[in-house]
Amino acid sequence: MEEIRDAVLEYVIEEYLEDEDEEISYETPLISGGIVDSFSMVSLKRFLEARYNISIPDEKASPEAFDTVNSITALVKEITS
Amino acid sequence: MSNIGSYKERLKNFDWSIAEKELGYNEGEVINIGWYCSDRICELGKAGKTALIWEGLGGGARQYTFDDVRVRSNKFGAFLRSLGLKNEDRVCLFMDKIPELYIGFLGVLKIGVIAQPLFSAFGDESLHVRLDNAETTAIITQRKHVSKVRRIIEKSPYLKNVIIVDYDGKKPLKDREITFDMEEYEEPKDFEFFPTKAESPSVLHYTSGTTGQPKGVKHVHYSLVSQYLTTKWVLDLQEDDIYWCTADPGWVTGTSYGIIGPWSMGITQCVMDVGFSAENWYKFIEKHKVTMWYSAPTAIRSLMKAGDEVVKKHNLSSLRHLASVGEPLNAEAVIWSEKVFGKPFLDTYWQTETGSIMLTNFPGMKIKPGSMGKAFPGITATIVDTKTFKPIQEVGKIGLIAFKPGWPAMMRTYWNNETTYKSKFTNGWYLPGDRAYIDQDGYFWFVGREDDVINTGGHLVSPFEVESALLEHEAVAESAVVAKPDEVNMEVVKAFVMLNAGYVADNMLELNIMNFIRKKLSPLAMPQEIEYVKTLPKTRSGKIMRRLLHAKEWGEEIGDTSTLGDDE
Repeated sequence: MEEIRDAVLEYVIEEYLEDEDEEISYETPLISGGIVDSFSMVSLKRFLEARYNISIPDEKASPEAFDTVNSITALVKEITS
Repeated sequence: MSNIGSYKERLKNFDWSIAEKELGYNEGEVINIGWYCSDRICELGKAGKTALIWEGLGGGARQYTFDDVRVRSNKFGAFLRSLGLKNEDRVCLFMDKIPELYIGFLGVLKIGVIAQPLFSAFGDESLHVRLDNAETTAIITQRKHVSKVRRIIEKSPYLKNVIIVDYDGKKPLKDREITFDMEEYEEPKDFEFFPTKAESPSVLHYTSGTTGQPKGVKHVHYSLVSQYLTTKWVLDLQEDDIYWCTADPGWVTGTSYGIIGPWSMGITQCVMDVGFSAENWYKFIEKHKVTMWYSAPTAIRSLMKAGDEVVKKHNLSSLRHLASVGEPLNAEAVIWSEKVFGKPFLDTYWQTETGSIMLTNFPGMKIKPGSMGKAFPGITATIVDTKTFKPIQEVGKIGLIAFKPGWPAMMRTYWNNETTYKSKFTNGWYLPGDRAYIDQDGYFWFVGREDDVINTGGHLVSPFEVESALLEHEAVAESAVVAKPDEVNMEVVKAFVMLNAGYVADNMLELNIMNFIRKKLSPLAMPQEIEYVKTLPKTRSGKIMRRLLHAKEWGEEIGDTSTLGDDE
């Protein structure tokens, strides 16, 4: 769980955070907070699928499920368990 | 009673001078959009009226009266003048939807400089190509976007000033960077706006075509006349309205109807600069008692997807009038909005080049869900045959949408590209590039694009631009980019990719290519799907046949393949 959480956070910071000074946490809203837009959400989904060798069904890839690092982690955990 | 009253009556003896009179403008006189949207409203006795209610990330909130807007836009103008900017120079506004974008836009126009708003999610290459084409002298941006500017500044010699509106002093400024704080900057005494005339250039919006680089659509200050009247008659804004246009001013809706239309009428508007969520949007409407809501089909379909329950949690009874723009609004969305909001979203049709609404469903008109409605008074619209370019008389026959040139907000040219501009006119008609038909009651019905341009979430993406960028990725040998159907965005970008030798077609490479395009161009242009192929269908002369790949994605007939040299 911790590994997933840290990997997702690191990926979001690396790929989507434009402001170098901005700090985000596991609970920072990503989609509703404007850090990851709806188009870019597809690349985040693809990252999770490639890294964890899973397939995330479209109905589970909702903006709510992708809104924080914690909610993304829970989704990956649910699919992998 | 709606502002337009009877559509039929308005068609009789229509003249754009109706708007000119209401704006107090006479032919040949000075007309400056920046002044009309701020100083004039103050002179009409509304200086203390709220112009902008803004909410941003992390609970940020600000409000401005029309007098605040007047003073701050004057500050912008004075500051830009102090940098040596002069009439008809280009200044890019590269910001999120923060108040500085809205007010700065007016400040730029006030000094006769051409405003070049660009979507802040654009990547380095998209930004550079557009600045390069316009030879933009200055860019107004935020701390969070300055790194993109820094990455292109060495190859942008004409860019003399990078203006940062939210500098916090934590990191040193670099070459050509300067700060501007619209709150702290001293109010200029005796500020005089530049006496622009009807044909003085005002705004340069960039749009994508099938081939070539993005085109800078040049508008003039006289566009105000169309934008004012369409706002009044279609969006039906009234004195006590609280208006919310969800569009970003990086695109034409965000300036024509997110700044110019409402503020030239002295209307209060709201802006929310946070990401999309149904809950946040409904909360915003409820909190600010939004009465008129102008949004886009992609957003409406996303709200539909979020379900009806979340709507019921909020009191949205303030909503009086709804309209939509960006791509055709499907009938289901119109019916759904009537069910959950008690009123339908009225579809409006226009594009960057037209500058203002052309075809639309009017308040009070019988709505046919899924239809584009009828022409705005003063607009001569028809459907022409795709070969003869003569108007089609037959009801229901598909052809090209065509407009008789001459309305006030029509583009005046493409920046440095008069040849392409002229190619948009045939047989005396302006052709926006969309296919449609007219039914027995005179309503227009959208059918599709005539070219390969991809309309994703209401924004046009050039397949050529994406293919060119893909070629810069080390793994890509060749590619073809087409539209793929999408439930929410209508269309999304799909890329067929041939790899160079030594690269493995796997998920990680797909992700790598997607991110490469996202950062280089924009999230909109990022392929939502990449399909690896061994060959691409081409004509005998070697041109990629996108239409075959497009047909495959849409489950359509492939059609004539007689020129095909090498199919998959």
